[in-house]
Amino acid sequence: MGGQVERWQYLNPGKTLAETLDISHTTLLYVEGVTVSFDGFRALNDLSFYVDVGELRCVIGPNGAGKTTMMDVITGKTRPDAGYVFFGQSINLLELDEPRIAQAGIGRKFQKPTVFEQHQVYENLELAMAGDKRVWPTLTARLSGAQRDRIDEVLGIIGLRDHAWRPAGALSHGQKQWLEIGMLLMQDPLLLLVDEPVAGMTHQEMDRTAELLLSLEGKHSVVVVEHDMDFVRSIAKRVTVLHQGSVLAEGSMDEVQHDPRVVEVYLGE
Amino acid sequence: MGIVKALKGDTGGQVMLAVLLVVTLVVPVLNLAVPETSFWHVSTYTVTLLGKYLTYALLAVAVDLVWGYLGILSLGHGAFFALGGYAMGMYLMRQIGDRGVYGDPILPDFMVFLNWKELPWFWNGFDMFWFAALMAILVPGVLAYVFGYLAFRSRVTGVYLSIITQALTYALMLAFFRNEMGFGGNNGLTDFKELLGFDLQSDGTRAGLFMASAAALALGYLACRMIVTSRLGRVAVAIRDAESRTRFIGYRVERVKVAIFAFSAMLAGVAGALYVPQVGIINPGEFSPLNSIELVIWVAVGGRATLYGAVVGALMVNYGKSTFTAMFPEAWLFALGALFVLVTLLLPRGIAGWLPARRAG
Repeated sequence: MGGQVERWQYLNPGKTLAETLDISHTTLLYVEGVTVSFDGFRALNDLSFYVDVGELRCVIGPNGAGKTTMMDVITGKTRPDAGYVFFGQSINLLELDEPRIAQAGIGRKFQKPTVFEQHQVYENLELAMAGDKRVWPTLTARLSGAQRDRIDEVLGIIGLRDHAWRPAGALSHGQKQWLEIGMLLMQDPLLLLVDEPVAGMTHQEMDRTAELLLSLEGKHSVVVVEHDMDFVRSIAKRVTVLHQGSVLAEGSMDEVQHDPRVVEVYLGE
Repeated sequence: MGIVKALKGDTGGQVMLAVLLVVTLVVPVLNLAVPETSFWHVSTYTVTLLGKYLTYALLAVAVDLVWGYLGILSLGHGAFFALGGYAMGMYLMRQIGDRGVYGDPILPDFMVFLNWKELPWFWNGFDMFWFAALMAILVPGVLAYVFGYLAFRSRVTGVYLSIITQALTYALMLAFFRNEMGFGGNNGLTDFKELLGFDLQSDGTRAGLFMASAAALALGYLACRMIVTSRLGRVAVAIRDAESRTRFIGYRVERVKVAIFAFSAMLAGVAGALYVPQVGIINPGEFSPLNSIELVIWVAVGGRATLYGAVVGALMVNYGKSTFTAMFPEAWLFALGALFVLVTLLLPRGIAGWLPARRAG
């Protein structure tokens, strides 16, 4: 796997992946004709899906529609049987492994919040920060003033300034979700993939999360996978409905809500 | 400075190093300058025993670095220790020169006995101390690097990894038992005379080796502290607690693991190299899987992920072993097993976790 990445790298000597990104066509992410099978079950079936630069997109669909598998493919966790996944015009994500994809500018928040529980909130953000993540530079790394400011800024965005020095394991469920979004922001990603951000949240926490995600729109492209319809309605401009591994409908919340096929498989239940 | 920063907040480590410094300065004086008739005299036997414990403590620190902070339960660290020991043993064998039983100026006794005519190629260079010292570090380091590269790249983790580390040390034990390997087979390497021209039987040399072991422990401890207090150390703990998350924020988990694993193996090699001249022998028994399991127990007893706990655990368990085996030689393994069970049940964070407040990780 490493060999492919290295072979690819010679085309862009001295440039990081993020610098080679070409978004001249205003589309940031291309997922085309992707098929993934697990033991004969087609989790993704000829899925095509595009995300524009700076867009906030919601993805909905019943259980087993392939939402999480789609994220697995984009972040390199699962390799598709067929299809293409490109980041910008030039970066072929299927040739990269997870750390490379993260370095290229794609951040992912998991369904189950995973933060580093033993580390303080501040340290969680420090570890996630964009930068040289090879072994030796990490051993000798020191936080610069600008980096401290950046961590402080993100602490403000996610509303955890008062908790900066607590172990992340001591945070509430909602706070962990925000910390994880904060960790994504520290990576300066162009694309954030957010899997069920409000699962298990109180209504106040949900409102706060909606504000947080809306504040990211424009600066980052954000793809939100969510089950909670009220939440999706509160943030969505464009919604993609997945069903049985492919796109069933795409459009504004109103449009998809009134699409008879969508009503049949999902909203009509 | 780096050292001050590395020990900041590490009360246990500060106490441990202070005690180590005092012991290192006082014990040789009590051994060499105080007459044997005095109550305060420390026998050379005790000095050597303490020196041996200190090399065990360094080995335990190496294990705690990978187990406590990186989550890799290595059941094969005894192999790296033994390899370091063999490198030193080869140097000591070549120092014997023509004073062996067969009086061959170049070939060690066991080779003469096997009717070998010339030195195997891999014994070249071991007549030079610097070369042997380098090999004592490099051989375990390179083996750990290659082993780790293959294992971690294939994402072998948890109990499976523990099993293959165990297999590694077992395979090496079987290999070193063979005479054709050229490492003295069953009997190993022994009958050493001199180290750097100093008589290994003299009290002064024994005291010197003891002090060298203490210095190696202190330096090894500080190096590990510097790693665990750096960002790399925080990444290591992140890998231990949530490996796949660490990968998704852009760290090459395999490389972090292999780097720290190889460093730990090198520390184990240093410990082995200091151990051999003090006990006077190295044989394939040092590769025995049981040894590697025992040293994991030292770390568990002392307390994982504290580093100083590993030192305390290694010293206490080995002191216990020395006294216990003198009284009930048959029962030691049962006692060790019981100790492991009791510590796991009653003191899951070891002796260090039972000591007053301390920040984990």
